[in-house]
Amino acid sequence: MASKKATTSKANGSTPKSKKLKASREDLLHYYTDMLLIRRFEEKAGQLYGMGLIGGFCHLYIGQEAVVVGMQAALEDGDQVITSYRDHGHMLACGMEARGVMAELTGRIGGYSKGKGGSMHMFSAEKNFYGGHGIVGAQVPIGTGLAFSNKYKGTDRVCVTYFGDGAANQGQVYESFNMAELWSLPVIYVIENNQYAMGTSVKRSSSETHLYKRGASFRIPGEEVDGMDVLAVKAAGEKAVKWCRAGKGPYLLELKTYRYRGHSMSDPAKYRSREEVQDVREHQDPINNLKELILDHKVASENDLKELEKNVRAIVNDSAEFAQSSPEPDPSELYTDVLV
Amino acid sequence: MSTEILMPALSPTMEEGTLAKWLVKEGDSVASGDVIAEIETDKATMEVEAVDEGVIGKILVAAGTEGVKVNVPIAVILEDGEDASAVNNDSASVETPPAAAPQANVQNDPRHAKEAAPAAVPKYEPSFLVDPDIPPGTEFKSITVREALNEAMMEEMRRDETVFLMGEEVAQYQGAYKVSQGLLDEFGEHRVIDTPITEHGFTGLAVGAAFGGLKPVVEFMTFNFAMQAIDQIINSAAKTRYMSGGQMSAPMVFRGPNGAAARVAAQHSQCFGAWYAHVPGLKVISPYSAADAKGLLKAAIRDPNPVIFLENEILYGQRFDVPVLDDYVLPIGKARLVRKGTDVTISAHSRGVEWALEAAEQLAGEGIDAEVVDLRTLRPLDSETVVQSVMKTNRLVTVEEGWGQHGIGAEIATRVMAKAFDYLDAPVARVHQEDVPLPYAANLEALSLPNAEKVVTAVKQVCYAD
Repeated sequence: MASKKATTSKANGSTPKSKKLKASREDLLHYYTDMLLIRRFEEKAGQLYGMGLIGGFCHLYIGQEAVVVGMQAALEDGDQVITSYRDHGHMLACGMEARGVMAELTGRIGGYSKGKGGSMHMFSAEKNFYGGHGIVGAQVPIGTGLAFSNKYKGTDRVCVTYFGDGAANQGQVYESFNMAELWSLPVIYVIENNQYAMGTSVKRSSSETHLYKRGASFRIPGEEVDGMDVLAVKAAGEKAVKWCRAGKGPYLLELKTYRYRGHSMSDPAKYRSREEVQDVREHQDPINNLKELILDHKVASENDLKELEKNVRAIVNDSAEFAQSSPEPDPSELYTDVLV
Repeated sequence: MSTEILMPALSPTMEEGTLAKWLVKEGDSVASGDVIAEIETDKATMEVEAVDEGVIGKILVAAGTEGVKVNVPIAVILEDGEDASAVNNDSASVETPPAAAPQANVQNDPRHAKEAAPAAVPKYEPSFLVDPDIPPGTEFKSITVREALNEAMMEEMRRDETVFLMGEEVAQYQGAYKVSQGLLDEFGEHRVIDTPITEHGFTGLAVGAAFGGLKPVVEFMTFNFAMQAIDQIINSAAKTRYMSGGQMSAPMVFRGPNGAAARVAAQHSQCFGAWYAHVPGLKVISPYSAADAKGLLKAAIRDPNPVIFLENEILYGQRFDVPVLDDYVLPIGKARLVRKGTDVTISAHSRGVEWALEAAEQLAGEGIDAEVVDLRTLRPLDSETVVQSVMKTNRLVTVEEGWGQHGIGAEIATRVMAKAFDYLDAPVARVHQEDVPLPYAANLEALSLPNAEKVVTAVKQVCYAD
């Protein structure tokens, strides 16, 4: 993937690895780069939205980067990923090209869905990314079905099914939990608890606010994870993957995270204080935290990281240029891809 | 005083059954709740319990008798102290065919009973045209729509290991309407999967399985319950190919009984033909005959798109001639002439074809020669066949079981107007369910649903007859 290249091109430091770190230098820089790519990509998307180049709904992932990067680090080739409409980060983490994602946001032929899906509906058969679903919770049974297909075919692949704290109140989530455990399906349910379902806080919407307990009555093991710490996410992800690959059925992770931006571009976010957001940004930011860790342990220097950042910006800028230069789909595309 | 035991109705649509076995004999004492007999319907073998206490005085219908009508006396129970001679032998002169020799293993092979049943050929067979696509000289066998659907799934599951069946009661129970009879035995629980009662969940799960490279056949116990899952059918299955720019799709079949059964009232009686036919990204099939049910279900399972396959509970037990061919697969999206005529075109699908044919027969006696088009597929809709027919007859009546507003008939009328406006000698008339939820009361239900009589009336209207 593009971000990986950026990492390896910069791997010339000679910093000794701390014993306390459970990841290699290369891995740490890789996570840092991937998280940074998502953040810069989203910032750019927000900018393009403001310029009127992106239309409709656009849900930014800023603040939640450690979730997808940590989970992806726990996966292997052939494992599947499916999520809801706040999906740009997931796609970049899966290794989908920034160009294709950004061009889909601008509704151009070079987008992953030829401009016909938009922000919320993107897929990559090649990268095993199954969307990109606009209906809250609908991806949960579908992800469970992908896990069903793995078991049916006798593979040991697992499907990571992401959903938010809002979707955690949808009935079909629990219908899925029931069947997944009943049939021992290899699915990891990842609840990205960013604490607000649009403008409704978890406290205001959920009788049980510890969402990792929501699988208990189906006998699905669950745990709470610091979703702002990429290494903690990776460790939890590995545990869950191991559980699923061993044929023990589904696993539930509640990743406590935070979204810095509004629910969508048109959300003024009046339901929380500026101070609350600022506090998370200052003290829990996943990228800053990892940066500090990298610097503290002398994994890389400030200059090394600046170089990485430069590469990331180049990828993002390139994607934005591509997304504006790629033509709109030909009118003949209107009638294609309905049926075959 | 002696009490008659009557042949019970064991399902909303049962009109007759086979008295498979007596578990008591004359002279036995029975108490309320004792199982006294086994009765086979076309769906299942059911036990009959005694309601009254007493002694079996007389068995009026022998074991093995087929076609025993509901409410016919099958035995007489005597009160304590009463003598068998008290039974009025006249009551034994029931109108049932002579008892056939009971066969061994009847219970284990329900199809056996059906094969032996009196040939219930379509009532209007002389007018029911054979599909011109079937090679001349092909042998035919008479099977029910239920058996035809069962054969289609059996054959396709043998042919393709990625095909699996999922739904409520499809496996161990052998299907709520016995359409999946025997599939579990042949393919095992890996491929014939009983689900919890969780339509939204298992439909979404099946969509995911289709994304993952499998070919799910999802059985809804009835399509009424699919409303719980309609988001997954439309938003996830139908739209994904388009939304992904052709990268991903859900090749799968959603099937089950659709439309009104009998006396099950509003929530269980609804035709979803127009609903699903409205949606691009879906194919919608709604067959009438057993041959079409078989050939089109096989085609649906092979189709790379999501297909809605609307069956009809009342048609399940009806028999039709089905060609004996190794691989009978019909094209999706083609209507077919089932009766030739010159004066008026009647378009219909599913059970509507029955009403149309019945009406045509009646109209023939009154000098009106009706042509009947079985649409077979609702999306893509083969309106061209209807247009061709209207160009010949100049009049059109559409028949459907669903509501009229924004219905199949409305769509056909529009297309015919666009393509054959100058050929029409009268405005198109539509026959459909009345614009109310389906009532329970027998008389109101009959008033609400379409029937042959209503088709006759509509035909006379467009022909300016009477």
